[in-house]
Amino acid sequence: MKTLSFALRNTKEILRDPLTLFFGLGFPLVLILLLSAIQANIPVSLFEIEHLTPGITVFGLSFMTLFSALIISKDRGSSLLQRLYTSPMTAADFILGYTLPIIPISVAQCAICYIAAIILGLQITVNILWALLSIIPVALLYVAMGLLFGSILNDKQVGGICGALLTNVSAWLSGIWFDLDLVGGAFKSISYALPFVHAVDMERAVLIGDFGGILPHLWWVLGYAIAALIAAIALFLRQMKRQ
Amino acid sequence: MEAIKTINLSKRYGDTLAVDKLNLEVHEGEIFSLLGINGAGKTTTIKMLSCLSRPSEGDAYLMGKSILADSAAVKSIIALSPQETAVAPGLTARENLELMCGVHGFSKDKRREKIEEMEKLLSLQSIMGKKAGKLSGGWQRRLSIAMALITEPKILFLDEPTLGLDVIARSELWDTIRALKEKATIILTTHYMEEAEALSDRIAIMKDGRELICDTAKNIKLAAETDNFEQAFVRIVKGERA
Repeated sequence: MKTLSFALRNTKEILRDPLTLFFGLGFPLVLILLLSAIQANIPVSLFEIEHLTPGITVFGLSFMTLFSALIISKDRGSSLLQRLYTSPMTAADFILGYTLPIIPISVAQCAICYIAAIILGLQITVNILWALLSIIPVALLYVAMGLLFGSILNDKQVGGICGALLTNVSAWLSGIWFDLDLVGGAFKSISYALPFVHAVDMERAVLIGDFGGILPHLWWVLGYAIAALIAAIALFLRQMKRQ
Repeated sequence: MEAIKTINLSKRYGDTLAVDKLNLEVHEGEIFSLLGINGAGKTTTIKMLSCLSRPSEGDAYLMGKSILADSAAVKSIIALSPQETAVAPGLTARENLELMCGVHGFSKDKRREKIEEMEKLLSLQSIMGKKAGKLSGGWQRRLSIAMALITEPKILFLDEPTLGLDVIARSELWDTIRALKEKATIILTTHYMEEAEALSDRIAIMKDGRELICDTAKNIKLAAETDNFEQAFVRIVKGERA
């Protein structure tokens, strides 16, 4: 009950922010439309709709990190958290309350991207449903990063770190916009040591039904998600104690 | 039973002693004010009593429950209206009240009943559907107090409740605070002398984390040998009287 009430509040706060609607839903759609238009005029295999859509759905999640980090940092900056810390809510209520709303929003964002992709010519298969399901561990990774950054940064810093840095890092090092083999070397090694490209490769494998190709990437994503979640919980508890 | 009893309550931040062996007794049903200049230790005391900050030494008992040994029980009988307005800006006034009912585990029926009660008690009817972030400072304060009161606290902490309000909004809030007296023991911190004098049953004046005097406004004026409460405060804080 306590967790649900707090999660409901966070959902409303996030969805009522017009920036959320623009960046969370509008921006990935604009990217799909724009890159599909480019692909129609100058064919690039990377931007073929079945190759492009999984990447866009993963890239769109970087805004979920921004939204969750922003709401936490804003709450920390106001006295609302102080008020709630004097209520019977436990640390678990706070952490789940901040985490839970982002998961369905992430799946909804992913679903909207696939609907747009279907309109643009993506073949309807059951794999789209599996792709929506497999986005959940990826969403967990991005939400955990939001909890982590929101626990240590103020809202202005969150704008810089999550809004600019993270979105760029997760874009450049994910193989969405260009083939990492084209750069190769240390750039490719660093990219494959991070979870973003694994998330994209996993989603691509799911969409084409290459289920054997999912597992190595899933472990990378889950490993990073669990590590980020543990760090995020520790940092959230630390700031809670400091408050 | 005393609503609050502190025993050598102390808080140290590094080398600074913010609260120094505070021994207070607040009676049930009182409006009790903590007065002092900036850095006197008022807000630190409120933070310790509301379990936001752990004392460095000593303990406090709220309705007989220790803030150290039984903080969960203490949290279930207190509410805090912090110095800054603590509302969820993207939610309507009604949704803010629903949030507080939810985090205290109220049933749907009780929730509806309590929201109606607060709506009437604090005359919130005209703003219930408006987003809290769009309300004026006075309405946000009133909503903030309603959010504290809706949880049926036995002890209500109001930290600078009228800070930044205009004369009319402050006067209306005073009436509200007087009306709350029957519902909870109220601990008020304020910088406004006339506010403390008008509202409080008893007042504690603090300086450098220590209690200088704790009595009714009338007796404090007697002790400072003046008819003016502000002058009495100045004399006591400067160490000229009492």
